[in-house]
Amino acid sequence: MSLLAEMNQKALNLGLPISVHLDITYRCNERCVHCYLDHDDHGEMTTAEIINVLEQLADAGVFFLSLSGGEVLMRRDFFEIVERARQLLFNVKVKTNGVMIHEKEAVRLRQLGVEQVQISVYSHRPEVHDAITKLPGSLKRTIRAIRFLKSQGLKVTLANVLMAGNFSDQPGVIALARELGVAYTLDPTITPKMDGDRSILALRIPGTDLKQIFHNQELVGNVEEFCAPPPPPGEDIMDGFPCSAGHTACYISPYGDVFPCVQFPLPSGNVRRQKFLDIWRHSPQLNEVRSIHTRDLPTCSTCAHVGTCTRCPGLAYMEGSMRGPSTADCEKSFQRTGIPSANMLRQTEAAYTGPLIQIQALANSSLDHAFSR
Amino acid sequence: MAEKYIARSKAIAARLVGGEMMVMSAADSTFFTLNEVASTIWQAADGRTPLAEIVAGKVCQEFDVDPEQAQRGADRFVDELSQHGILLVSEHPMIEKDSSLSPERP
Repeated sequence: MSLLAEMNQKALNLGLPISVHLDITYRCNERCVHCYLDHDDHGEMTTAEIINVLEQLADAGVFFLSLSGGEVLMRRDFFEIVERARQLLFNVKVKTNGVMIHEKEAVRLRQLGVEQVQISVYSHRPEVHDAITKLPGSLKRTIRAIRFLKSQGLKVTLANVLMAGNFSDQPGVIALARELGVAYTLDPTITPKMDGDRSILALRIPGTDLKQIFHNQELVGNVEEFCAPPPPPGEDIMDGFPCSAGHTACYISPYGDVFPCVQFPLPSGNVRRQKFLDIWRHSPQLNEVRSIHTRDLPTCSTCAHVGTCTRCPGLAYMEGSMRGPSTADCEKSFQRTGIPSANMLRQTEAAYTGPLIQIQALANSSLDHAFSR
Repeated sequence: MAEKYIARSKAIAARLVGGEMMVMSAADSTFFTLNEVASTIWQAADGRTPLAEIVAGKVCQEFDVDPEQAQRGADRFVDELSQHGILLVSEHPMIEKDSSLSPERP
């Protein structure tokens, strides 16, 4: 076990929030087609409120702090926030589109001891990247920012969200990351909007493209190992927890709302009205999330993939139940190994065991309604 | 023998977790965990207190340890962390200058 894994385990045993993702704004200078946020400002926390939250987080034992948005540099007090975060000795990771980073900003980030900067790039081709961000010239500005950050010796990761519209450019983005000398990470996850709107899910890459990704040695390393059938789960797996959300990690919105994770929109408290530690320790919502062991998941605990699945409880929650399956992760497990998940089998079974013809009296419904369906 | 002054680098992240200090270098992302004795030295590394005083006044007071053994352990610990740039070592007290530390000139 690595030192970091040991500390995570220790934090889990002690009930400490070791990682917090703090969005300091939802405002943004880009309008990415897949973004799940509402970019209007509905009353963001003030500088003083955010600094107060940071002090509470430090007292609570938080070590890893991700500052994100929206675009973090849309806040004029961004560097004041980072400066205080570093005084409080957080390991700070900044997520940005880089459009507003010039040499001066890169120098400041380095001086403040930011550990890592993650920058979203969707394509190596301006016409594709800029069509996704809806900001003309954004790729050029983002690449310029990466060069400024690299010249300061900062660790930069290029984050490539994969969608149907940019999937074929993924090798080009890897080549760009190599040319710039930065790390590369890809993410095929598109989540519903925070208001529940699921229309953007249509942007997800199809299963066949997922399969291609999972069988790409350059991306996953040993393909045979990565795509191997899952081993039978041990008791430790069944007694374990689905992920760190609510256990050692949580998310705070620009309005002070606390959630188990940025992808888990279960309101659990608000730091404007409550102390962070009170929310962390006593929120009924967080305590419910914590109470769920893998063996408590009705469908997933019976699934062959239970020990290796990337099941996201937040996506499951958005699909209807935090104890249910996350179909996007079922699809990933299936495309990776070729073995259908328990949820997929259950749905297939339901389709086969249902009545072949459904007859319904029209007494309570109109013909128009029946036809429109 | 010259005094040894130690100060925590500014380019690190640190947090006490269950009695152990987690430290990560922002420069190279090296991750360390310090046990309780090392954490005590770390927290006392203000750039102004000589290491020998930290060992005698903190380590030997708070832990059941032989003073000579404690000093040898502290020297090894300081050497190791200074090699990674996590601790700064000087023969003179250090002062804070902008975002870095430098030896205080008499």
